Amino acid sequence: MAQPQAVSTLAPRYRGLRRLGLGTLRFAKKQPLGAAGLAMVLVVAVAAVFAPLLGTGDPNLDDFTARLQPPSGAHWFGTDNFGRDLWTRILFGARISLEVGFLSVFTGSLLGLVIGVATGFVGGFVDTVTVRIVEMTLAIPALLLALALMATLGAGVDKVIIAIAITYLPRTVRVMRGTVLSVKENVYVEAARAIGASTPRIVFRHILPNVAAPYLIVASSLLGGAILTEATLSFLGLGIPPPHPSWGRMLAGNVSSYAVTAPWLVVFPGLAISWIVLGFNLFGDALRDIWDPRLRGR
Amino acid sequence: MQTFLIRRFLLIVPTLLGATLLVFLIMRIVPGDIAYLLVQGGGEGKVDPAALANMRHELGIDRPVAVQYLAWVGNILKGDLGNSMRTGHPIMEEITRRLPLTAQIALMSVFFGFIGGLPLGIISALKQNSGADYISRLLSIFFLAFPSFWLGLIVLLVGMKFFDWSPPLGYNVLWEKPVTNLQQLIFPSAIIGSHLMAIVARMTRSSMLEVLREDYVRTARAKGLAEATVITRHAMRNAMIPVITIVSLQVGGLMGGAVVMETVFSVPGIGAYLIEAIQFRDYTVTQALVLLFALIFIAIDLLVDVSYGWFDPRISHV
Repeated sequence: MAQPQAVSTLAPRYRGLRRLGLGTLRFAKKQPLGAAGLAMVLVVAVAAVFAPLLGTGDPNLDDFTARLQPPSGAHWFGTDNFGRDLWTRILFGARISLEVGFLSVFTGSLLGLVIGVATGFVGGFVDTVTVRIVEMTLAIPALLLALALMATLGAGVDKVIIAIAITYLPRTVRVMRGTVLSVKENVYVEAARAIGASTPRIVFRHILPNVAAPYLIVASSLLGGAILTEATLSFLGLGIPPPHPSWGRMLAGNVSSYAVTAPWLVVFPGLAISWIVLGFNLFGDALRDIWDPRLRGR
Repeated sequence: MQTFLIRRFLLIVPTLLGATLLVFLIMRIVPGDIAYLLVQGGGEGKVDPAALANMRHELGIDRPVAVQYLAWVGNILKGDLGNSMRTGHPIMEEITRRLPLTAQIALMSVFFGFIGGLPLGIISALKQNSGADYISRLLSIFFLAFPSFWLGLIVLLVGMKFFDWSPPLGYNVLWEKPVTNLQQLIFPSAIIGSHLMAIVARMTRSSMLEVLREDYVRTARAKGLAEATVITRHAMRNAMIPVITIVSLQVGGLMGGAVVMETVFSVPGIGAYLIEAIQFRDYTVTQALVLLFALIFIAIDLLVDVSYGWFDPRISHV
């Protein structure tokens, strides 16, 4: 009697895993570059999660006896002008990059989804006003808007997240509103209305499931940009404050004055930023190709 | 065409007003009081209430917000962007002095972007799935991911380490010191251009691939035109529209790039001015410059819209 019970509880879980595995395999076969991008992102995620184990411990530990040492067995990526281990700082920097990237895109795009769906669905005056506001916001170049926001908000991890989220808000609103406008015209929405479905039911059961895919694609395509924006803001001294090990921040300030004697200080943080941005871009492009095959290869 | 132009011009008025309002509001969400910060001067301790009131009056922030906004917009319409909070100098003067450098960087980047991106994209499309195609696509993917400030630092590093060279500093306009000017601006422009190149190459490739399958290209070939003529006169002109669109969408990115590159290469342009203003909490300058960038952005958008008609006479805007 115990046997069938075990099968019945294990089987669905096993099937789910198998399906996920097969799905990943199929994705890798169809979109090798996208799969490579996903793998690159996963590497950074592992680095972020296991940073304390993979590095030498505290990323902010000054050691003035070991200043500006070149890469070696003890310090894989060398040390900076405070004698801090660069490898460890880059590992911990992955945490900041991913945190800022995901949280800013999540907040900005989710709010954009809500506003976009609401205005697209309601239409009329609300829609006109929202579209106007979105257009005005888009008239300010993204990085400059983020810079202006940082200028008034002041430096800080939370402030960077807010600034980037606000920058991405109008962009998501525009895309999601457009998607809702086209989804709304479908016959199944009309049918739902005809059989007397309530507005919340139509929005949650018919509209939302159908805008979920484009939403995820928009959000994933913003991730690389968000991380690049954080790095740029931090590089300009207006993002993550020291001593947080932000990759952009590591390239800021007087790094260039050490660069000739300690080029590793310039090379590794830049490679780290390029790596994660490349990973997210490749993955985002692949998702977009699957969603809209007409765009394949663009 | 004329009615289109007029309507298009009228439409930017609300956008412009909105942009001023937005910039104004962003600069007013400061946690705390600008006057307080200025009087306190970053130090600790009590602030003299009289000095505080005085500073508020001087900055004009003792007036109601609506009055402040209207006064600001009114002055802008008269061509007066106000004075720097830090130095007291008129902002307009500083902008006219610095603008040539930033404009030159922007124009040179666009030039580099097209000079590099168009051939890459066209070769990619003509020899689809060849080695050249893969190399060109790989280049695009990489140049989109490299942070521009990092490329700038690498250029500085390689210059100093291997060639004992660093770019000239200071204010060098093209018509006064052309050689120094080019030495100073060539790398910032090339780096911003490399990003643009990636975008132009990608778009040109996909747009050309589409156009090359069109009937009119087959007709052109069938009537025995030279392949070069088919490509340049028939395919390229039609393939350019999406490329122009995507480049126009990059104008904002171009401005951001200029801000970053001017900081890396110490070019005293508008972008460096903005970063300086933000670092010294010079709100009047920050506000004026963000608005200036928005105005340029809107103006270029308008130009692009009008230019479509030239590339494709079918878009006649009736």
